[in-house]
Amino acid sequence: MNKKEMMVAAIENGTVLDHIPSERLFDVVSLLHLDKMSNAITIGYNLKSAAMGTKSIIKIADKYFTPEELNQLSVVAPDITLCVIKDYEIIEKRPVIMPEELVGIVRCPNPKCITNNEPMRTRFRSVTADKEVIRCCYCNRDVKRTDVRIVE
Amino acid sequence: MKNRSLVTIAGHSREKIEYLIKMAQEFERHPNRRLLAGKVVATLFFEPSTRTRLSFETAANRLGARVIGFADPKVTSGTKGETLKDTIMMVSNYADVIVMRHYLEGAALYASEVAPVPIVNAGDGANQHPSQTMLDLYTIYQTQGTLDNLNIYMVGDLKYGRTVHSLLMAMRHFNPTFHFIAPDELAMPAAYKRYCEEQGISYVEHQDFDADTISGADILYMTRVQKERFADLMEYERVKDRYLLKKDMLCKARENMKILHPLPRVNEIEYSIDDTPYAYYFQQAQNGLYARQALICDVLGITLDDVIKDNTIYQ
Repeated sequence: MNKKEMMVAAIENGTVLDHIPSERLFDVVSLLHLDKMSNAITIGYNLKSAAMGTKSIIKIADKYFTPEELNQLSVVAPDITLCVIKDYEIIEKRPVIMPEELVGIVRCPNPKCITNNEPMRTRFRSVTADKEVIRCCYCNRDVKRTDVRIVE
Repeated sequence: MKNRSLVTIAGHSREKIEYLIKMAQEFERHPNRRLLAGKVVATLFFEPSTRTRLSFETAANRLGARVIGFADPKVTSGTKGETLKDTIMMVSNYADVIVMRHYLEGAALYASEVAPVPIVNAGDGANQHPSQTMLDLYTIYQTQGTLDNLNIYMVGDLKYGRTVHSLLMAMRHFNPTFHFIAPDELAMPAAYKRYCEEQGISYVEHQDFDADTISGADILYMTRVQKERFADLMEYERVKDRYLLKKDMLCKARENMKILHPLPRVNEIEYSIDDTPYAYYFQQAQNGLYARQALICDVLGITLDDVIKDNTIYQ
C-alpha cells in the first residue's frame, strides 16, 4: 500500500466508503446515522484524489450495512465505492444503485408541497434514464440530483 | 380494497377517458337519479372555491346523496394545528367519499394514501384539477363529436394556467395540434413543450392574436392574464389588452369553432361574443355537473353499465 492511502488507517473488519464527493460527506454521515453510532469511525475529509480533485472517505469498524441503507446514498454520491472488509481484506466491492423510489431521503424544494407541511415521508422517483433529475411524487416538482437536499 | 381515488387524470388511458365521457353523457341525458341514495359525500374545501364546490355538491345532490363538509378553512381544526391526515381520518368515519380542495400541492395524493374512503381531487394548489380537465374533455367531445385530430388554440396565461397544462396532457391520446398564444412572460413552460415533443404532439407558438391566427381553430381555449403574475407592471400594461378576444376577430373562424374558458372571466372575452354561436363557456360550466357526477360514481365503484341500467331516474 502506498503512503497516501494510509492517510486513513486500515480497519480489520467493517465497511469502507470511498470516493465520496467532499461536499456530500456530511450528507452521507447523516443518511447512515453515523453520528448516532458507537462504532469506531475514521473520516478523511478533503483528501487529494487524482480522479476527483478532492474526495472524502469513511471507514466504519465492525459494521455492515444493508443494501437498502447503502443504496439511499446513491442520490448524493452515485459514484461512491463501497468495500466490505474482513481481516483487513476487501471481500466485496460494489457500486450503489439508485432505488426506484427514494422514500424519506430527499427534501422537496417546493414550500407549498404537502411533504413540507405534514409529518410525513417524502417520495421521489427519477425522471431521466441517467437519474440526474428526480421528481417529487406529491407535487411533481423536478429536482436536479446535484441540487438535492436531504431531509433532516 | 383497491383505492379508487381520483388524484389526476394525466395517467388515464384513452379508454378510461372515453369511458368517463360515455358515463357523463348518461348523466346529461338524465341528471336526476337516486343512484347515490344512502351515501354521504363530504366536500372539504381547505381553500375557498365556490364554483367548484357548488358543482360537486349539485352533482352529489342530484344523485340522491347527502352532502356534509365545509366551504371555508377558517372553521376547521386545521387552524388549531390539526394535520390533514387527522382531518381526513375523522371525516372518513362519516362519509363514503371525500371531495377535497386544498391549497398545498400533493395534498390529494397524500389524502388518498391515508384515507380508507376514496378521495376526489377538486384541486391541489397549482398541481392538479382533474374534474376541470374532465369537463373540458367532455365539452370538446360534445362540440366536435370527437377528440381526435383537433386544432386546439390556448390563449393567455399558459405559464401558470393549471387547466391548460392538464388538458394538454390529457389530450395526448388524441393526436391534437396545439397553438399557444401568450406573452413571453406567460409562455407555455419548456417542460410542457418537451412533453409534447416526447409524445409526438405538434404545436405552434404565436405572439399575435388576431383573426388570421385563430382562423384554423376548432377549440379556442381562453384564460385570464392576471396582473399578479407579472414582476414588471409596465409589461403587464403593455400586453394586457393584446390577449382580449373581440367579436370582429371571429370573422374568419371555422363554423365548428367553440370558445371555452374555465371561468371566471373578467374582460378577456368581449361580452357581445356571448350571443354568438361560438360562445360555449356557460355550457362548459354546466358540463361540470355531468362530468363530476361521472367522477363521483366512478370512485365509488359504480360502473357505466350500472348507470345505463339504473332505474332510479326521476324528473
